[in-house]
Amino acid sequence: MIAIIDYEAGNLTSVERAIRSLGRDCVVTSDAQTIRDAERVIFPGVGQAGSAMASLARSELSTVIRDVYASGRPFMGICLGTQIILSHSEEYDTDCLNLLEGEVKAFPPQMKDNEGSRLKIPHMGWNRIHPVGSHPILEGISDEDEFYFVHSYYPAPIHREDVVAECTYGFTFPVMLGHKNLISTQFHPEKSGKAGLTILENFCRWEPC
Amino acid sequence: MLSRRIIPCLDVREGRTTKGIKFKNNVDIGDPVEMAKLYYEQGADEIVFYDITASHEKRDIMIDVVRRVAETIFIPFSVGGGIRTVEDMRAVLLAGAEKVSVNSAAVKNPEIIRHGAEAFGNQCVVLGMDVKQVAVSETIPSGYEIVINGGRKHMGMDAVQWALKAQELGAGEICLNSIDADGMKTGYEVTLTRLISEAVSIPVIASGGAGKPEHLREVLTEGKADAALIASMVHYGDYTVPGIKSYLHEAGVKVRNRW
Repeated sequence: MIAIIDYEAGNLTSVERAIRSLGRDCVVTSDAQTIRDAERVIFPGVGQAGSAMASLARSELSTVIRDVYASGRPFMGICLGTQIILSHSEEYDTDCLNLLEGEVKAFPPQMKDNEGSRLKIPHMGWNRIHPVGSHPILEGISDEDEFYFVHSYYPAPIHREDVVAECTYGFTFPVMLGHKNLISTQFHPEKSGKAGLTILENFCRWEPC
Repeated sequence: MLSRRIIPCLDVREGRTTKGIKFKNNVDIGDPVEMAKLYYEQGADEIVFYDITASHEKRDIMIDVVRRVAETIFIPFSVGGGIRTVEDMRAVLLAGAEKVSVNSAAVKNPEIIRHGAEAFGNQCVVLGMDVKQVAVSETIPSGYEIVINGGRKHMGMDAVQWALKAQELGAGEICLNSIDADGMKTGYEVTLTRLISEAVSIPVIASGGAGKPEHLREVLTEGKADAALIASMVHYGDYTVPGIKSYLHEAGVKVRNRW
């Protein structure tokens, strides 16, 4: 059973439907015991860091998340869930979970493309990712595959070895983080067509050592 | 670098896809769920559903379509048409849509944008704008005016000023429809699209007028659109999404070419 953590941070049905389309059993839940008992845990989220952290603190889910991470079970963050696993976010100056050391930063204003046109924020749409080394989660993914992003902040972990893949939009920044049994994606694998479903399938099979 | 998005748009009336010209003479062209699935498999980057029934009594039919689409395709999709309240927005988002677009309701009550953005996040709220070219005047300095009711009612609002105001209120994206070009297949309103896209910092989807792949190239380069909406050119089989993408790729427009 895969638990998808529900902490009032956006609509989680699309993650649930994507996992079910792979023939995997999952449950969207805020129940601490269900999450603790799950074989794998997905930590999604859309919205802003401040209210998400407040919601996690209120419900004591932050403790549950720390325990799941410490237990060694496969744990996957998506979008906001890839940001608030870091130490701190510039979004509303929010202290985060600190599973990995690092900062969540706002895109600089007035970024330009090669032709001098202003780049829109949020970074919304399909973009390629550039793997840094190899990771089982990227099995079957090619350099040509693209993933769906919607974000105005990006994760900046302190330790380079925590970066699994990067993306370029104005400049190059991390979009997949990994450490031990934790993997996370800034993009939405549940909305990234077949390439995204491949990532989710890889997560469902992943046995971190 | 981001790919320019190609977005098929399905007008849905009572659970079926229809297509008319200038919002009139609608004919049934298929099941929206099947069509969405086909476009998803062909590499569409996103899908837009526009509920032209737009009455409260018929709303449940659309919610059911949204739910079935969400179980079938794994790319973003938005729903618009007849969204009048934050509760309307919540219903389509909970059924599985990523985004919801507001148009005339926002013209009449701009605060719906702010309330929607506060409740669901800016990325969920798309401002749909129907625009007509008019004489330049003090109230319409850009020469492009906001209209509603399929272009029948002029609102005395300048399109550029409205786009900027909507962005400030929290709209995450703009879907810009030229009423003059809609259904004419003579090309997007490139000048208007560029004007709006350069004025705002949020993405702009160009809509209305697509008849051939060249039109998409124009609006995605000269028009500076982030995405282009297409309807009849793919609904009737004249062109396909992969065909359009391969044309754009060869013309030097960055598009997603693996799916």
